[in-house]
Amino acid sequence: MEGCVAPVTDDVFVEGTRHAPRVAETSEGAQEMAPRPETDDAELRREVGAVLRMAEGPVVNANDIDIERRDDETMIINMGPQHPSTHGVLRLMLELDGETVLRTKPVIGYLHTGMEKTAEELTYVQGATNVTRMDYLSPLTNELVFSMATEALLDVEVPPRAVWIRMLMSELQRVSSHLMWMATNGMDLGSTSMMIYGFREREMVLTFFEKTTGLRMNHNYIRPGGVAADLPDGWEDDVEVICETVLARSFEYDELLTGQPIFRQRTEGIGNLSAEEALALSATGPILRSTGVPWDLRRTMPYLAYDELDFDIIVGTYGDNFDRYSIRLNEIRESIKMIRQIAARMPPGDYRIQDRKVTPPPRARIDESMEALIHHFKIFTEGFKVPEGEVYVAIESPRGELGCYLVSDGSSKPYRMHIRGPSFVNLQTVPVLLRGGLIADAVAIISSVDPVMGEVDR
Amino acid sequence: MSATGAADSAAIATGDPAAPGAVLPDVPRSGGRLVDEIAFPPRERYAEMVRAYRDAGFELCADLCAVDYLSHPGRALPDGVAAERFEVVVNLVSLSQKRRARIRVQVPEADPSVASVIDVYPGVDAMEREAYDLIGIVFVGHPDLTRILMPEDWEGHPLRKDYGVGRVPVQFKEAPGPR
Repeated sequence: MEGCVAPVTDDVFVEGTRHAPRVAETSEGAQEMAPRPETDDAELRREVGAVLRMAEGPVVNANDIDIERRDDETMIINMGPQHPSTHGVLRLMLELDGETVLRTKPVIGYLHTGMEKTAEELTYVQGATNVTRMDYLSPLTNELVFSMATEALLDVEVPPRAVWIRMLMSELQRVSSHLMWMATNGMDLGSTSMMIYGFREREMVLTFFEKTTGLRMNHNYIRPGGVAADLPDGWEDDVEVICETVLARSFEYDELLTGQPIFRQRTEGIGNLSAEEALALSATGPILRSTGVPWDLRRTMPYLAYDELDFDIIVGTYGDNFDRYSIRLNEIRESIKMIRQIAARMPPGDYRIQDRKVTPPPRARIDESMEALIHHFKIFTEGFKVPEGEVYVAIESPRGELGCYLVSDGSSKPYRMHIRGPSFVNLQTVPVLLRGGLIADAVAIISSVDPVMGEVDR
Repeated sequence: MSATGAADSAAIATGDPAAPGAVLPDVPRSGGRLVDEIAFPPRERYAEMVRAYRDAGFELCADLCAVDYLSHPGRALPDGVAAERFEVVVNLVSLSQKRRARIRVQVPEADPSVASVIDVYPGVDAMEREAYDLIGIVFVGHPDLTRILMPEDWEGHPLRKDYGVGRVPVQFKEAPGPR
């Protein structure tokens, strides 16, 4: 359109003269223009004042509001369970005074499918298929904790290669889970580019999982007795490409989010939690570490072979949204550091124990050996029997302490299997984090807790 | 963002490292796999025991769940502990001492209730509600003991061994009537 780019009448403007007006012919008539430094005060005031730009914070001062009030002026609103930002089917009942959140009650159970009951009907061989569906963003850690609990009851030790493969997969899983969190958190804060980038990088990890386990999610790869299959040929190259790419891109996220003023204003000082509150509420994982408590089961109570790896525990200071963001971003880098060490030191050998009562014989043996056929048949029809006893095994999932309490009655099915889901417990911090904050920050705070509803409801 | 070394957080540095073995010495104990000690307090002393462990430096209650031993062929319990149908299992962690402890309380079928420990560990709120919902253990003193996973009007406690899985009709919504 002609009116948009206004023709400048050059004959009026003389280069170098200080007050030479520059007149543009617009559809509104002639408009006088001058270089910015020469705009007079009245004109500047008119321009700046015309723009209504005000930070959200000063409009409602959270400190002015009495969060203990119990009169009729408050309003109770319902958020979810179909709300797009609640990461699944989380429902929150919020008590509001204006825009300030007073009390919150999370309502859960919309995704409850009775997985603990189902586990009592499945053999230990089938059990990993069940638990892998709980925390659907880090299925391998679920399989790992169930397998470790079963092995503790069986009192067997898996071969070193299986241990290191498990560790490799756990750390890749942590990278993919944190990338997914970066993506959804970015989306909740309005950064849709971050969402695309997070999913893009996660896809690389999932492709490697597909190559190794056959599936992108719900792998049933880590099983009692070891892992289902050895790593594919050329896995070192695939893993190195993932490490290189994700590490390089994690510094791009720094540019995109960490240094960005809007992102920092929306995360710094929002959703504060003290170390005492976090411990009292049994919070674990990045939430506990964000308050400054260096508690990471990989270091403090090492399992697998984490005591042989060199890595740092990332801790925060203030326990706010920004600390939780930084912890997860830096844990991606720590995990990559670990993955490189694991890839360099991967021991040779069996990828599952050679006890035919626990792991099935190789396919080729079934054609030759009657005994192998019998073992194969027994394992897949009846399963293996686990001695009577009870055990609680805990590992560090991307969300915190993932525990499995397993009771055996000596049969081939768990008598009782209880999963301590970190999301389920961490969700109790949401009312504390939201209290006294603005409703506009609620979505960011829920996101920073990183609940996975499949694990919360089980 | 600093790495290790900030271990002197005020929250972890509570408790007396020598204490856990001395907490309520007359309660039967045993060792176990991947746990430093398992204590079997009587039901009346359960809350007292949990508090004593907390005071002894177990800052974090990792897990609380219940087990229904109705059809179990018999479990190994130390002398002086009479097996009951239900058991409430509490897993505690000491961050300062890097120890784990487990408390197993026998709960009789006739009166399936224990004291709530929510005032010792506020984090057991959801876990006690879950144990109530799925096994039917009543936690006396819990401020909001309602169903957490199952629908509010659900009958029965699904993780009990005598809960008829097949007998309960699946609760779908009514079919829409003719208009």
